[in-house]
Amino acid sequence: MPLLEISDLTVDFKTGGGQFRAVDGVSLTVDRGEILAIVGESGSGKSVAMLAVMGLLPWTATVTARTLAFDGRDLLTLTPRERRRLVGKDMAMIFQEPMSSLNPCFTVGYQIGESLKVHLGLSKSERRQRAIELLDAVGIPDPERRLSAFPHQLSGGMSQRVMIAIALACRPKLIIADEPTTALDVTIQAQILELLVSLQRETDTGLVLITHDMGVVAETAERVSVHYAGQKIEEQPVAPLFEDPHHPYTAALLAALPERATGKRLPSIPGVVPGQFDRPPACLFEPRCRFATERCRTKAPPRQGAIAGFALCHYPLTHGRPIGHPHPEGREVAA
Amino acid sequence: MFSFIIRRVLLVIPTFLAIAFLTFVAIRLVPGDPVEARTGERGISPERLAHFRHELGLDQPVWKQFLDYLWQIAHGDFGTSISTQTPILTEFTTLFPATLELAICAMLFATILGIPAGVIAATRRGTFVDYTLMGAALTGFSMPIFWWGLLLILFFSVDLGWTPVSGRIDLLYYFEPVTGFMLIDSWLSGQEGAFSSAVSHLILPTIVLGTIPLATIARMTRSAMLEILGEDYVRTARAKGLSPFRVVGIHALRNALIPVVTVIGLQVGALMAGAVLTEYIFSWPGIGSWLIESIQRRDYPVLQGGILLVSGIVIVINILVDLLYGVLNPRIRHAR
Ligand SMILES: Nc1ncnc2c1ncn2[C@@H]1O[C@H](COP(=O)(O)OP(=O)(O)OP(=O)(O)O)[C@@H](O)[C@H]1O
Ligand SMILES: [Mg+2]
Repeated sequence: MPLLEISDLTVDFKTGGGQFRAVDGVSLTVDRGEILAIVGESGSGKSVAMLAVMGLLPWTATVTARTLAFDGRDLLTLTPRERRRLVGKDMAMIFQEPMSSLNPCFTVGYQIGESLKVHLGLSKSERRQRAIELLDAVGIPDPERRLSAFPHQLSGGMSQRVMIAIALACRPKLIIADEPTTALDVTIQAQILELLVSLQRETDTGLVLITHDMGVVAETAERVSVHYAGQKIEEQPVAPLFEDPHHPYTAALLAALPERATGKRLPSIPGVVPGQFDRPPACLFEPRCRFATERCRTKAPPRQGAIAGFALCHYPLTHGRPIGHPHPEGREVAA
Repeated sequence: MFSFIIRRVLLVIPTFLAIAFLTFVAIRLVPGDPVEARTGERGISPERLAHFRHELGLDQPVWKQFLDYLWQIAHGDFGTSISTQTPILTEFTTLFPATLELAICAMLFATILGIPAGVIAATRRGTFVDYTLMGAALTGFSMPIFWWGLLLILFFSVDLGWTPVSGRIDLLYYFEPVTGFMLIDSWLSGQEGAFSSAVSHLILPTIVLGTIPLATIARMTRSAMLEILGEDYVRTARAKGLSPFRVVGIHALRNALIPVVTVIGLQVGALMAGAVLTEYIFSWPGIGSWLIESIQRRDYPVLQGGILLVSGIVIVINILVDLLYGVLNPRIRHAR
């Protein structure tokens, strides 16, 4: 049984212009000790899907799913109170903006100690001891003194280390890291990522790593789930994904990597992710796809099997060639 | 933090000088002559007039009068009341506790009800509860003190007979003031019924004076909370699995208090203005009644000294609020 099992997760937002489907029938699993990367352009619903798992979406969101199970427990039937006993204890989340994710009015020590008190009922001196251990584990020098620091006295990298310490406080089984390094300097990014992965290995937690950075994916992840406009469009272990992407979007994403560029100019994917008002009727990637046909415009694409990377596509690629496509050379798509 | 305090305190000197100057000028611009007010309507002989003018220092050039006045104040001498011949500082210190008691009760009333009301409205944003609370706040905010006070007196004192109409305590009770606060003194006196009589006298003035601050605090708390509930750190707090009470009441409110405290501080000046009217309506023997009577008696030294003393107190309270702001906001507390 996987640690986290999501099937057919859908999230709708009530907005001024009606319902907006931010996550559309996403299915995922994460095992203990595994690193799953979720990649996709901005607005593809990566954060919203994981916030739904954590139960952190605002009231404007409606979450439905066939299965939403964590560690053998059905999250859908838990009361809010029971859910809060899991969140922050057995599953923890790290956010993109470390500087604004810590409360400016409380000390680092207080903010780490809080989960220890609420979930584990540790005494004041035990909390202090554990907080020092945690700060030490996330590589903060002079942890004892740092306990009384306020967030504005920390750099972005330090703040993210504190966030990681908070996430680790109750020894969670699953950590969701939502672009944990995007807001940081390039030099700090690598350090934080390394820290996260090494702590994950030590403690055998499951890690969901949301990122834009294919380089990060290649280095850290074991499995990759590619998302587009709220849907999961492909999922493969990391090596085969880089070798043989099956969805045209994944292929385009990989072709856009600087180290893979062949010509002088960096290829990019023309167009943008569809929003609330310009959703294509069938395949959501169709307006931007080199291989789109009439069928892609009229009939929702089927989910392929494991062999084709669960691609959500009428003509999944093998080694760059669409299977069963009338014109396998494809077309140029106007930007 | 230390230099923050020093800077803040040094700023007081120019403010105080400016207020002294403004009251000085304003009093001199008011129609009517203090000498005439003192000697009566009928004319007096030019010699006696010159004598009085000399005695009051009015024959000096205006700038010299002002400097002399500052010199006196610097020595703690705020002058003497024309009508009672008592030093103004003495009258002030006798009457001030009554005003302070009323102001503290009004502010407690406003804060204790206003902050929860704002928090509830913010967490129930856009619901019936929110609209009701904010509608009430808007009404309270626009309520003229005079009208509101008379309305409450008519209803609670005249129609229902629940509360007394005026004063601080029933004439039945007498005891020497110890602290000047009727609630404390009546309790200390040990006389049966004295404390509850003091409380019942305080209720309506507290409500009348506290209504506008209550409305302001509720509205400010709501908007500060709405902003802060959308902050990343509130999401972090929820991601820790904390109860809604901890998330809203500790993580969000602690931050929302920073702007709210500023607003409470700004209310103090308005509160003093409101106190003058409220005291007058309820015949509350405090600074407000004293100042209004001094206007009626053309007792200019009282008016001038009284306004200056009240301003001084507002300034001091504002400093205390600023310091509290520093205590609440770690970014200021730790700034160098
Ligand atoms: N509270 C909300 N109300 C309405 N729409 C929302 C809300 N939160 C997110 N959305 C919408 O849901 C879509 C998916 O957002 P999400 O934040 O999950 O994207 P993402 O894949 O995480 O992108 P990024 O890489 O920029 O973080 C976006 O179009 C966004 O506008
Ligand atoms: Mg995101």
